[in-house]
Amino acid sequence: MRRYLHLLAAQIRTSTLLGLQYRVDFVLDGIIEIFWALTAIVPLFIVFSKRESVAGWSFGESLLVVAWFTLLTGVLEGAIHPSLAAVVEHVRKGTLDFVLLKPADAQFLVSTARFQPWRAVNAVTAMILFVLAFRKIGHGPTPWGIAGALALLAAAMVILYSLGILTVSAAFHVVRVDNLSQLFSSIFDAARWPVAVFRGALRLVFTFVIPLALMTTYPSLALLGRLPWHAFVLSFVVAIVFAAGSRAIWLRAISQYTSAGG
Amino acid sequence: MSVRSTARALPTMLRVAFAEAVAYRAEVLVWMLATTMPLIMLALWLAVAREGPVGRLGETELIAYFLSTFIVRQFTGSWACWQINTEVRDGTLAMRLLRPVHPMLAYAAEQLVSVPVRGIFSLPIAIAGLIWLGTAPFPHDPLVWMGWALSMLGAWLISLFVNFIVGCSSLFLESSLKIMDIWLALFFVFSGYLIPVELFPPIVRAIGDWLPFRYQIGLPVELMTGVYDRAASLTMLGRQWLMVVVLGAFTAFVWRRGIGRFAAYGG
Repeated sequence: MRRYLHLLAAQIRTSTLLGLQYRVDFVLDGIIEIFWALTAIVPLFIVFSKRESVAGWSFGESLLVVAWFTLLTGVLEGAIHPSLAAVVEHVRKGTLDFVLLKPADAQFLVSTARFQPWRAVNAVTAMILFVLAFRKIGHGPTPWGIAGALALLAAAMVILYSLGILTVSAAFHVVRVDNLSQLFSSIFDAARWPVAVFRGALRLVFTFVIPLALMTTYPSLALLGRLPWHAFVLSFVVAIVFAAGSRAIWLRAISQYTSAGG
Repeated sequence: MSVRSTARALPTMLRVAFAEAVAYRAEVLVWMLATTMPLIMLALWLAVAREGPVGRLGETELIAYFLSTFIVRQFTGSWACWQINTEVRDGTLAMRLLRPVHPMLAYAAEQLVSVPVRGIFSLPIAIAGLIWLGTAPFPHDPLVWMGWALSMLGAWLISLFVNFIVGCSSLFLESSLKIMDIWLALFFVFSGYLIPVELFPPIVRAIGDWLPFRYQIGLPVELMTGVYDRAASLTMLGRQWLMVVVLGAFTAFVWRRGIGRFAAYGG
């Protein structure tokens, strides 16, 4: 366990240094990240200029969902997608063999191989959105609400990471994963809205199949003190199922992997 | 690089490009699925419209609008910018320069063949939409539909020229993908792709009339869903084609200035 923590620290350090190597890029990327986040909330303003509430969600409450979305986008693009891209490159070039030969767990190595530190800007943007949202709502969250939301954030990150590993496992069959991650992002885009917006089959899909509701709507509800406890428990059950499932599928994919170099 | 040799080469170029496009069927499908954003926005706007129509837009109009958006986007998408960026960086652009066909034309041909491939995938969605909604929300004037066809060509050309301009600016900047990112963010918001242009505040709409974004998606969609009468359609088409001409001229300028700076890194 301690060895893995050391390893994690080393990997983060090298990718931060790599990220800082091109300073102009670093600043530009940060600016573009903020710009994206700002354009992403334009639809919200337009929608709420026409209505007081949508599907039972007020402007402030919806802004809360967007804040969670922004935060998780930072995680997705800063930590998950770069590693995915790295694995795909390994598979294409045949260098995955070197990773498999190393005396540490391969899944751990590939998922910590690359970080894009400037995506952390998203966390800052998210914090600003959180503050704005609670100012609109008129009262802050309770300590219990915050604790619950943080626990749900951990569950959300586990689910997001598991979905990433599932995508990588798919990459062993479909080598072109750059568009798989594109697909992933565009589905994740739906998490920008409270799940109450979606009806029927789409809501079931976004709750259980691709559990977007668990990632952004539930933490928001927890902060508002309106999340029923069974939904809270459900989030953790789903997170565990996803983590175990993706681990099993990853191990299967690795065991069937035949090197590209040979 | 005569017109005759280009015309002779064109059918073969299209055939080769088509074979390439069909070879990666799974890829095309993934790209199509990645552009489902209008359908998600549709769900959101329907939730808004449940309490009553949004401006002119009731549930039927919204469904018609976003299905049209989906289809227009399928046909007018372009990715030449990414391609040019890659080829400038790895030097394959040098190979294109050796051929007796203008590289821009070759890129255009490669983009063009994706139209029938995407058509095969989007047709079922268009038909399902028609069965669902009937023909009532769509215009019945054949002249409007001719205008629509013209607007689709215009939209396609605008997307292509913008991709060329940003792509060729990689000859000055080493990589122009970040400029494309900014363009895309603005495009998503102001083209009518996520929000019908008519729902914007009047000032934003007035500014948008003189930016290229809404002529890439909004105009064909509005013509398809019968927003304009004949006179208004003509005015809008006029503006769109003005945009096409200006962007076309700018493309030629950037290309000529840029290619002089091209140094094949690949060797």
